[in-house]
Amino acid sequence: MTGFWDSTTGFVILTVLKTLALVVPLLIGVAYLTYAERKVLGAIQVRKGPNRVGPFGLMQPFADALKMLTKETVVPDGADRLLFVLAPMITFGLAVMAWAVIPVNAGWAIADINVGVLYLFAVSSLGVYGIIIAGWASNSKYAFLGAMRSAAQMVSYEVSMGFVIVTVILLAGSQNLTQIVLSQKQFWYAVPLFPVFVIFFISGLAETNRAPFDLAEGESELVAGFMVEYSAMSFALFFLGEYANMILISGMTTTLFLGGWLSPLPFAPFTMIPGVLWFLLKICICLFVFIWVRGTLPRVRYDQLMALGWKVFLPVSLVYLVAVAGVMEYFGWFPHA
Amino acid sequence: MIANLAFYLFSFILLASAVMVVTSRNPVHAVLFLILGFLNAAVLFLLAGAEFLAFILAIVYVGAVAVLFLFVVMMLDVDFVALQEGFQRYAPVGALVALIMFVELVFIASSWAIAPASGAYRLFPMPDNLTNAAALGNLLYTAYLPLFQLGGVVLLVAMIGAIVLTHRDKPRPARAQNLAAQHARKPEDTLALVRAQLGQGAALPEAAPEKEHS
Repeated sequence: MTGFWDSTTGFVILTVLKTLALVVPLLIGVAYLTYAERKVLGAIQVRKGPNRVGPFGLMQPFADALKMLTKETVVPDGADRLLFVLAPMITFGLAVMAWAVIPVNAGWAIADINVGVLYLFAVSSLGVYGIIIAGWASNSKYAFLGAMRSAAQMVSYEVSMGFVIVTVILLAGSQNLTQIVLSQKQFWYAVPLFPVFVIFFISGLAETNRAPFDLAEGESELVAGFMVEYSAMSFALFFLGEYANMILISGMTTTLFLGGWLSPLPFAPFTMIPGVLWFLLKICICLFVFIWVRGTLPRVRYDQLMALGWKVFLPVSLVYLVAVAGVMEYFGWFPHA
Repeated sequence: MIANLAFYLFSFILLASAVMVVTSRNPVHAVLFLILGFLNAAVLFLLAGAEFLAFILAIVYVGAVAVLFLFVVMMLDVDFVALQEGFQRYAPVGALVALIMFVELVFIASSWAIAPASGAYRLFPMPDNLTNAAALGNLLYTAYLPLFQLGGVVLLVAMIGAIVLTHRDKPRPARAQNLAAQHARKPEDTLALVRAQLGQGAALPEAAPEKEHS
């Protein structure tokens, strides 16, 4: 039997099965993230949230999905049809694609590649295209303005995010995500790298266009930003993409800073819980913070957003990178010295 | 076999999108084809086993350079009719230049010969048991450190040049905001609760003159 799985056909079948085993829970996760968001926001605002469809409103995401599916797809006049349809697919496809390298448990990554961190960073930096293309192809002022804002925002925050990732690579001595998680056995990188951990998370909020950085879809001035012309399934794809991106950023935060699947305390009652559960728990905590921030903070002004990215995060993350490198060189802590 | 097929597939897409970059009428489509070309070049690097270069190409060119490029092209108001206008007039000259270039290229390609032994000196063999990021780093930061630094200096000069070119002294100072001052402002500085007596109205305390934001 092992012979079959080593052959080309077996490898392809195995990879497809693994991909399904990852993508199906991810999509269910996305569906229930929308539910969780509405419930948590409800609790923050002293409301009940969705509670009509199914017990505790648990079937609400599926009701929403069905509603979306039965609506009409409207392509505006003068829109670039091909790009208009392609844009949500790009957004959603990239959000799912990035999951290929994230190790969910020891050895549970679909592709355990050498440069996993770079892959993640590359895929997340492509995410901006879905938004720009959507804004341009819609042939609408509001969509275009939203896309411009979003592009400028994502490019700005990517720079400091890159420096933070380099700092983590420096500590781990590897670009392989499994190695990065294993090197956190002694301590999670959130501890020595706390300032840049915070920067990373806030940049993550900006990268996913979430509140308080959701200027790209600021409804008070741009109606719905780049998705203003989208309806039905193409809108649903954008929506799914945004939530899948949130889960992805949480997964990245967990892997790079919170020790991935490792248990917080390395002894008996904690290590008996399987790694997947720890991983899921950490992701859920990150996602809760995402929603909590949305329920708590007002939207920032656009110039404040840019000033924060370029004048605060960029210098701080750069100086922190140099400082970490200096300290490690002085004490000879480099893993491959 | 599959690797060969993949190579031909991706190099075909790369060449096709390169052709489309030049021939598409819509400049935004041209940039999008350029991006497709970059991505396929990255995939070719990946097939050659240079995964570090592949992802750096994707991050730097696709994720950053092309985004700004697309940005600029979308913002520009390109007049297609005006672009096509001079075509008839300049076509013969253009064709002549292209022909000369092509003939020169043919001459070069037919007379070019690489000394058989030079490859061994020029190519750095990929060391075993090292990832290719580590191998590249070892080479760049030891043997070619001065050149690497020089490359950095050239980029820095280019960056400063771009900033100098676009920087203008404004005729009067912009009304920039001082975030720290805004955050430090407290209710007591601006707000006074006054109990108004019946029939007398409120006697406002002497207000400090509002400081000009400048």
